[in-house]
Amino acid sequence: MSWLGAVPFLSYVFLFLLLPTGIVVFGAFAGTGGPTMANVKALGDGYVVDAFVHSFVLSAVSALIGAVVGGLLAYAIATGKKDGLLRRVSTSACGVLAQFGGVTLAFAFIATIGGEGFITVWLRTHGLDIYANGVWLYQLNGLTLVYTYFQIPLMVLVFLPALDGIRPQWREAASSLGGSTWEYWRHVAIPLLTPAFLGATLLLFANAFSAYATAAALINQGGIIVPLQISTALSSEVILGRENFGKALALGMIVVVTVVMSLYALLQRRAARWLK
Amino acid sequence: MTEVQVSAPTTTRAGVEVRLEDLQRRYGTVTALDGLSLTMEPGELVALLGPSGCGKTTALRLVAGLEDADSGRIVVGGKDVTGLPANRRDMGMVFQAYSLFPNMTARQNVAFGLRLRGVGAGERTKRAGEMLELVGLSAQSDRYAHQMSGGQQQRVALARALAIRPTVLLLDEPLSALDARVRAQLRDEIRRVQLEVGTTTLFVTHDQEEALAIADRVGVMRAGRLEQLGSPSDVYARPRTPFVAEFVGLSNRLAGHVNGGTVDILGLRLPLVDPTTPDGGVTAIVRPEAVGLRNVPDDTGQDALVGTVVATAFLGAISRVTVDLGGGALVLAQLPTSEAADHPAGSRVRLTLRPDPVLVTPLAVGEAAGVTA
Ligand SMILES: Nc1ncnc2c1ncn2[C@@H]1O[C@H](COP(=O)(O)OP(=O)(O)OP(=O)(O)O)[C@@H](O)[C@H]1O
Ligand SMILES: [Mg+2]
Repeated sequence: MSWLGAVPFLSYVFLFLLLPTGIVVFGAFAGTGGPTMANVKALGDGYVVDAFVHSFVLSAVSALIGAVVGGLLAYAIATGKKDGLLRRVSTSACGVLAQFGGVTLAFAFIATIGGEGFITVWLRTHGLDIYANGVWLYQLNGLTLVYTYFQIPLMVLVFLPALDGIRPQWREAASSLGGSTWEYWRHVAIPLLTPAFLGATLLLFANAFSAYATAAALINQGGIIVPLQISTALSSEVILGRENFGKALALGMIVVVTVVMSLYALLQRRAARWLK
Repeated sequence: MTEVQVSAPTTTRAGVEVRLEDLQRRYGTVTALDGLSLTMEPGELVALLGPSGCGKTTALRLVAGLEDADSGRIVVGGKDVTGLPANRRDMGMVFQAYSLFPNMTARQNVAFGLRLRGVGAGERTKRAGEMLELVGLSAQSDRYAHQMSGGQQQRVALARALAIRPTVLLLDEPLSALDARVRAQLRDEIRRVQLEVGTTTLFVTHDQEEALAIADRVGVMRAGRLEQLGSPSDVYARPRTPFVAEFVGLSNRLAGHVNGGTVDILGLRLPLVDPTTPDGGVTAIVRPEAVGLRNVPDDTGQDALVGTVVATAFLGAISRVTVDLGGGALVLAQLPTSEAADHPAGSRVRLTLRPDPVLVTPLAVGEAAGVTA
């Protein structure tokens, strides 16, 4: 009867993970007149492939920037006092900012550095036109910039516990054994932090890959990234059966995330043989 | 156990003299070290003993170079190392908290210092193997820290510290996280290894039994300075100050009265350690083993030396008997267990005091006879 305790968890997994996935997979292959490959085939269309590439690049770049900058920030916080004011303030701020995506965030950017944002205008009156080569805020570059705004604080939140787990005696032991600061980082701290860093980066990737609200608020039309295309497909009243194409798009996203997860698992196993 | 051959790889460097000269260290308003001076003979194991916060760890960290002294010097083998950073001091350190690198096996941990010194992989593995054998852990070479017990981890930490053939070995309460059995075992093992390699060693502990058992000399610290430095038997049997007497070993604090170079305790006249003590009321410090018991009939009238046994603590070959002298004044007597059996709880006894010279301290306000640990 030991599985009985797992029932709530298993039902949760079934209802909110397996069931939707099943519906997506089933729908992706369903047509108006029975099973069809048409929806999945349509994933090969140029503009769909572009959207996947955009989504991937956006997620990877914003995850990397977020991981590096957030990692450094987390390190700065971790070296401070454990119960210091700086730490409490910055972790609460990160908690808020990491959830700050959506319309508010998009508006904040539009109002400041949008085409007529006050910073843009102020800079223009001082002879600097940040949009001399076109308004990039509403394109992939802009989206990447906006995404880092919630990626960095998220990284701080998920990476801080790993940094806290680093014991000061390790550094002192390395030093008393003759190691320099760099040697300590190279042989001890970096190997110890790598698994957590990779895991956090992956989380950031998935976070950006599935993000929708911010992009939707910033970009009114066109499906530059996959979540926007799914939205278009689901709300399209022009062509019937488009929602099943939306499910095919979702299936594509599941496949991408699964592949990334597997790569991560392999890396993790190599990076942390000592964990088992 | 098999005979371990260690002389070749480990005793190439004999112990060196280590001198701490007038070390001062303050943290804000707290004075952690207040002029600590200590000279360690080559190859000697000195235990620093003292209550929490007296500056033991600070002293050790200063020697290791993990902390800087405000003033004073540290001289190792005739060389002033005060200004050297920790990674250039060649000192082996074992910490109180487990400190093995979790991403390395036991062998890799032990070989780490050699790796930093550019020792080739083959030589490194060989020497790490020898060190692990020295601490009796050959079979665990390929384990990671989380696959070993606390005692095993501390052994590996010891092997790791010794692998670099340090000039000085520094141990900061290396046994305090272990349970009593493992603690005593590992304590003896550390001493055996230390004697084999002959490295001058500073061992910090707040456990007096540990200090007495392991050290060539014990340094009793109080408030950032050395109160007494001497052999274990010296510190125990001839404490120079009441603080040392009370900190090292159990002692009874009994009210006494100094009179012309002797002291009256419970109506008995005993010699003084310091016969020049001025006359007047004092607290006398009497070891439990200086107290003897004689049974008396139950109806014996009350006098200063007659009391009732209230408890007996069995400690193996010896036992500690607590006697109530009335009015809440308790006295500890340490007796061979066979003798203690003659004085079960509730029996009436008369105390005898061995006529050893007695250490006395000025009477504290409101102090009565009693026992302190
Ligand atoms: N980094 C520090 N910052 C501030 N105060 C410190 C610091 N390190 C030690 N102290 C203070 O210096 C004094 C001596 O500390 P130390 O750690 O040397 O004591 P200890 O004898 O090792 O005690 P314990 O047996 O508890 O380990 C203490 O009062 C302690 O609070
Ligand atoms: Mg300490």
